[in-house]
Amino acid sequence: MLEITNLSRSFNGRPALHSTSLRLAEGEYVAIVGESGVGKSTLLNLIAGLDRADQGNVVLDGEDLGRLDEAALTRWRRHKLGFIFQAFHILPHLTLQQNVALPLWLQGGSGAAADDSARQMLDAVGLAGRAASWPHELSGGELQRVAIARALVHRPRLVLADEPTGNLDPANATRVLDLLGERIRAAGAIGILVTHSREAAATADRILQLTPDGLQE
Amino acid sequence: MTLAPVFLGSLGRRRMASLFSLLAIILGVALGMAVQAIHEAALNEFGRGVRTLAGEADLRLVGPASGFDEALFEQILRHPDIAVATPIVEIDAKLAGHEPLLKVLGVDIFTLARVAPRLLPQSHDRTERFATLAEASIFLSAAAQQAYGVRTGDPLPVQAGSRTLTLRVAGDLPGVGDGQPLAVMDIAGAQLAFGRLGKLSRIDLIVADSSSPESLRRSLPATLPAGVQLEAPEAASEQSGNLTRAYRVNLAMLAAIALLTGAFLVFSAQALSVVKRRSEFAFLRALGLERTTLIRWLLAEGALVGLLGGLIGVMLGYGLAWVALQALGGDLGAGYFSGLQPQLEFKPALTALYIMLGLLAGLAGAALPARQAADISPAQALKSSGDALALHSHQRPWAGLLALTASLATCFIPPLGGLPVGGYAAIALLLAGSILLLPAVAQRLTQPFAERGKAVPWRLAAARLVSAPGYAVVAAAGVLTSVALAVAMAIMVASFRESVDEWLVQLLPADLYLRAGRAQSSAYLGEELQAAIADTPGIKRLEFTRHEQLRLGDGQAPVALIARPLAADGSSLPLVGQAQPSRLPAVWISEAMADQFGWQTGQVVALPLGGMRREFQVNGVWRDYSRQTGALMIDLALYRQLTGDQRVNDAAISVDNPDASAQVASRLGALAEGNALEVARPGEIRRISLAIFDRTFAVTYLLEAVAIVIGLAGVAASFASLAATRRKEFGMLRHLGVSRAQIGTMLALEGGLVAGIGVLGGGLAGAGIGLILIDVVNRQSFHWSMDLHFPWAGLLLFAGTMIALAALAAVLAGRQAMRQDAVLAVREDW
Repeated sequence: MLEITNLSRSFNGRPALHSTSLRLAEGEYVAIVGESGVGKSTLLNLIAGLDRADQGNVVLDGEDLGRLDEAALTRWRRHKLGFIFQAFHILPHLTLQQNVALPLWLQGGSGAAADDSARQMLDAVGLAGRAASWPHELSGGELQRVAIARALVHRPRLVLADEPTGNLDPANATRVLDLLGERIRAAGAIGILVTHSREAAATADRILQLTPDGLQE
Repeated sequence: MTLAPVFLGSLGRRRMASLFSLLAIILGVALGMAVQAIHEAALNEFGRGVRTLAGEADLRLVGPASGFDEALFEQILRHPDIAVATPIVEIDAKLAGHEPLLKVLGVDIFTLARVAPRLLPQSHDRTERFATLAEASIFLSAAAQQAYGVRTGDPLPVQAGSRTLTLRVAGDLPGVGDGQPLAVMDIAGAQLAFGRLGKLSRIDLIVADSSSPESLRRSLPATLPAGVQLEAPEAASEQSGNLTRAYRVNLAMLAAIALLTGAFLVFSAQALSVVKRRSEFAFLRALGLERTTLIRWLLAEGALVGLLGGLIGVMLGYGLAWVALQALGGDLGAGYFSGLQPQLEFKPALTALYIMLGLLAGLAGAALPARQAADISPAQALKSSGDALALHSHQRPWAGLLALTASLATCFIPPLGGLPVGGYAAIALLLAGSILLLPAVAQRLTQPFAERGKAVPWRLAAARLVSAPGYAVVAAAGVLTSVALAVAMAIMVASFRESVDEWLVQLLPADLYLRAGRAQSSAYLGEELQAAIADTPGIKRLEFTRHEQLRLGDGQAPVALIARPLAADGSSLPLVGQAQPSRLPAVWISEAMADQFGWQTGQVVALPLGGMRREFQVNGVWRDYSRQTGALMIDLALYRQLTGDQRVNDAAISVDNPDASAQVASRLGALAEGNALEVARPGEIRRISLAIFDRTFAVTYLLEAVAIVIGLAGVAASFASLAATRRKEFGMLRHLGVSRAQIGTMLALEGGLVAGIGVLGGGLAGAGIGLILIDVVNRQSFHWSMDLHFPWAGLLLFAGTMIALAALAAVLAGRQAMRQDAVLAVREDW
């Protein structure tokens, strides 16, 4: 269960996010849409524990992020969080399998077991047989599939996707979004998709609109 | 120039990297310029001195250092091809309380006026018409008066043998230049004062109008006694130039090292800058910028750094040269131009050459990155955000192996014009080969860590080096070069020092050493004093040594002859190879004799002794670190028998009771008045010799340290530049739960691995270059061999420090990129 209560954040006196609340149950996958500058990224950073709220709480499975120090937040992200970015951010000097196995390495996973899990995850996102390939050999759509595999390989409780199709053509975007929804649901994780696109948002179970006054259905 | 802000402005944006590249080029240019300017000044001054001494002379007759029979002068005067001849006695006089010797010319005033008028003395007291002919009168040039702190009318105590006699400064030498300390006295007075009665050092000749120098060169030599040669006055300048050339070139090579480091830093900074600006270039190419224009502008960036480095470098070089000339003299203390006071001159051609060298270093460093930038596909660069593609270098291990093989082959090239050209080429090829092999070596060495490493920082750091070996080349090439050259110098200097130390121990077996002065000075031990030394109580064993200089070949510098008691098997000598006893009188030759004259053990050679050619057999080759023009050693008794010369220069004394050696030394010192005799213990001589050695190489170490510091700083700047391009990578890792400390560890490991590979490669290449320096460069330049010694402790400490510093530099460079805003750098709409 993810519970966000009265979350507020301002920068240099300018409010970036105002008294926002949200409650998501296990297996729920929602899309958050909103105009540029309305605070989508601020909200995502606060949920990911990358920024501290001026007011309010983020609680995942009873654990209040506001009470964790930086080291504990880092460990929390390592185990509980999966991230998908607009620009993929696949490490160019690792093979696809190594990129996907990275979260497992961080958890101290053994080489062989991590490799097996990474391969299975690549199979699941439609990249079977490409484990030894290098990122520069892949198209944008394929790279985002690798990112999805990396975000889910360690069975996180929460998956955050920030404009995951922003760099993709419509056909690839549809395929990636379908895959993302399918994998999040299959993993039983909580998913939050942040996007400008109404079409992309429509692939989620619910759509929430972020406004200066907070989140609205 | 419309694109200048786009390209040249980039140098300003990466100030630190540009600054270190600039500093290294400035250092290289300044050192090279200074060395050349100093030696040009010294050689010019030496040449001016030679011309002053020679005057109008077409040719001159020269002989051994102790002189030749003056009867030859009478014979020469009768030669029909000679218009004027003037006899000269040349003495390097020892003056009490002064280290530099004073060159005293004993001249015949009447004939000198026609041959070398600028040497004519001028009496202070015009009423003393015959002052120049007075026995105890001496005339000093302005430079000599200043150097020895005397003026006209002052007494001048000089040492002749072991006696001190007082001459009177009767005037000056107005025709002699400011930088030349010189003295002139009447030839008869000089012969009498310095014990040279009946001897001449040289005869300067003006050829008759009806003849020519060539004709005289053909007719005269046959009538000359053995050991006396006819040569052009300029020969001394040439010999001096030849003697100092290897020394000069080796110092210039040291400067080239700094210049090379500068070129590598330019390469490293440009290569990383190209990686960083890939999208920028792709955008410009998409807008219509031609490939060649892009290359030209990127070359211009390197050229600007090189040109600035060249300009500042030459200015600094002249400054350094001026300071060095004031402090150390024209030979930087090496002893080639003792007493000379050279003046610095502006040399336009030389200055332009060094500015060009700076420019070339900048261009050379920028060339490869410029080509790589132009080869990047704009479409791909605009699409890809990573740097891995750019850092995927084409591996050419076969080219590296080829360069290493060629390096080995060039070691066997004989010296060209006395210079070890093959040795220098071998060093350049070895360095090039090592750098070409670097990507393949880096990949193979780090592969196991990438595959089997447990910790994430290890796996990530190693994976980066395995998949992007070009990164290792860029960062490690600078480390490899500076480490290789530092290691090579360390091995060479350690080998040289140990060999010199062992050589000194072998050459100095006695308890005490006594001398009246330097070997070729006016000081010597006469027969009476030798007898007095022998009669001194407490002496168990006494061996005298006589030093002489012989002329063996046309145009060749004189070689040293050392006469001392010698065992038939040469056991008291530091022999190189086997001795070969013979029935003929034995001569033992130094390595320089073997190299320059091609003499070999067992060969029968003729030596001019006592005016006759005498046959000797070469019994063996010995190591001599004192004289690079060659030295011969024969038995003292035989020398005396053949020449009649009973004087000696040194005495090696073994005492009955080593505990009482101080008393014996004090008794020996009291045998002559004042401080005419110098008595020293071998430990003292060894300590002083090694201190001089260390002082000489201290400059080398200092320059090397500066080059390494600049190299390391350059590497740090490169890391900083690279880290800035990786902010998004660090941000992504932080999102995935990689801690700040883990990223720090990853960066330290990357820095450590890169430096480790650079240090390993540099260590191996350095050992190879060290061997080339010892066996090829030193041997061909100075004609001496040495035993190999590795300063293991120092090298390991140096390697560890370099790796630790590089790791620290990488972490510090990455610190900026690891800040919180970097964590957010992955967010596209932030």
